Amino acid sequence: MNVLRIAIKSARFRRTSLLLTIFTIAISVTLLVGVDKIRKESRSSFVNTVSQTDLIVGARSSPANLLLYSVFRIGNATNNVSWETYESIANQDGVAWTVPISLGDSHRGFRVMGTSTDYFDFYQYGDQRPLVVGEGQRFDGVYDTVLGADVANDLGYALGDEIIIAHGLVSADFAEHDDKPFTVVGILEKTGTPVDRTVHVSLAGIEAIHVDWQGGGRSGVELNAEQALLLDLTPTSITAFLVGLDNRAETFRVQRQINEYPDEPMSAILPGATLAEFWRTISTIEQVLFVISGFVLIVGLLGMLTTILSTLNERRREIAVLRSIGARASHVVSLILVETLLVVTAGCVAGVGLFYGLLFAARPMIARRTGVDLAVTWLDATQLSILGGVIIGAGVVALIPGIVAYRRSIQDGLALKV
Amino acid sequence: MSAEADPSKTSVAQPGAVLCLDGARFRWPGQSDDLISIDDLRLEAGEHLFVRGASGSGKTTLLNLLAGVNTPTSGSVRLLGTDLSELSASRRDQFRADHIGVIFQQFNLLPYLTTLENVTLACSFSDRKRVRAAADGDVEATARRLLHALNLAERFHDAQVNRLSVGQQQRVAVARALIGGPEILIADEPTSALDADNRDRFLDLLFREAEAQHCTLVFVSHDPQLADRFSRTIELRSPDADQELAS
Repeated sequence: MNVLRIAIKSARFRRTSLLLTIFTIAISVTLLVGVDKIRKESRSSFVNTVSQTDLIVGARSSPANLLLYSVFRIGNATNNVSWETYESIANQDGVAWTVPISLGDSHRGFRVMGTSTDYFDFYQYGDQRPLVVGEGQRFDGVYDTVLGADVANDLGYALGDEIIIAHGLVSADFAEHDDKPFTVVGILEKTGTPVDRTVHVSLAGIEAIHVDWQGGGRSGVELNAEQALLLDLTPTSITAFLVGLDNRAETFRVQRQINEYPDEPMSAILPGATLAEFWRTISTIEQVLFVISGFVLIVGLLGMLTTILSTLNERRREIAVLRSIGARASHVVSLILVETLLVVTAGCVAGVGLFYGLLFAARPMIARRTGVDLAVTWLDATQLSILGGVIIGAGVVALIPGIVAYRRSIQDGLALKV
Repeated sequence: MSAEADPSKTSVAQPGAVLCLDGARFRWPGQSDDLISIDDLRLEAGEHLFVRGASGSGKTTLLNLLAGVNTPTSGSVRLLGTDLSELSASRRDQFRADHIGVIFQQFNLLPYLTTLENVTLACSFSDRKRVRAAADGDVEATARRLLHALNLAERFHDAQVNRLSVGQQQRVAVARALIGGPEILIADEPTSALDADNRDRFLDLLFREAEAQHCTLVFVSHDPQLADRFSRTIELRSPDADQELAS
């Protein structure tokens, strides 16, 4: 029987207190790995929310604000971009495609976005993934709508259902476009981006429901759905638009040109750069979280130290017996170290198990609530080095009881202090 | 003072003395008095020594010296011709593992091992004991044979040791001390937790098995009644009194 087997049997004998220690370590590890995972997933989800788009253009505002409302449907535009300006930029040489975006209305908590069918052709997310219409088709008529996956799922809509769009972002009976219902003609496949939570209609649709509105309320003249169709439904302005260029190297030139556009103040942002910059701002929170979980780990290790130090007293007898049959003081120390490593390794394994358990359990909810689709992947290099760090840290901490045990076993010798 | 049971055995020491203390003194650093002071003690193979001493008389210190856990401040402790002071701490531990069996007052056994595992544990730290225990059969069979010889029925062999009575536990401790044929057996008040009947039976078994293995027994106790069974006796006095041994 070697030291390892003795350590295992001894640890099993005292498993109750050790299980508590393992549990503490496991919680710390879950926190550390979990925070790291969330940080990375949020970042990649963030950066992948929109891809292959070279510029996002809106009325002059801070890049973060433009990014938030155009991509994440958070907050509001300060101003609109006129249709003429949009068209002149869209038709410029070097511009491969544009996707107009018109925001401002909502449906039961989900944002409504007016756009063109180019949206389905050019909008990409993640690793160059295009939008896929899972059921039905793209909108064609003025009163057609294509729902994001979460909208259809959460509200239980199917193709052919009619929905009423509310004016503004708060649903209220008096501010609904209830005279012009939209028909669900398509439902997008899940993307894990804010697209899932968006109700898509044509720009003409947005225009049609607002023909008899002025500002925040109805105007005196009422036009029903059919009457509205007879009007010219070309919008006068849009909220923002996405731009794809023929040559990416032209991005900065086009950006400058738009920023200095003489007829209208506008901002053009590079989504990737702005996303990264924006991420740096909010990632301090993640850093704080990470530091906090580091402290949780330290508390866990100190708890382990306390447990092991207190068991040393009950183990004096055991150590004297081992010494009497010829165990060296170094054997005694390795007994302590092996036990610590066993406990910490078990804690790490349990922590990783707990982490994956939580990941599986919380994934649907997180995707539903935040649009962040957590990928179930193996632990990456950082997470593995966190585990390594925990084990090494525990080894260092265990030197303290190890030294105590060493000095005691020299001092006590074969004396049985009961 | 020490009693002398058999003067004929204490002639001039043979080179083959099992145990030989020469001017051995021991005190902890910072202490002004010697805890142990034994000028001359020789024990030949087959002799059994009774060390009598009240508590506080340095019994444990003497045991630690004999077992090589501590080394004397001055003088020498020689076991089987080896001066323990000349060995490093880990070599002394190895020496103890190979040549000595130890029995404590009580709590000799590791509670998380079975009876059999407790006995064979002695072979874990000593190749010599393992080889010798496996000389006829294997280590486990030898352990079972010893347990049988010590009147421990088969059904106790694979039991957890906390199911055993104190007397049974002490016999398991004897089996562990004897397995692999150590030359020296050190027993520290092994009968103090036993009643008179059990004590006598225990001592009978202890002597029988020690004789069978040609093992020299060093037995420490405060109980003078036991001295009659031993060929040699020394008495330890508390540090302030004179220590002397008659040889």
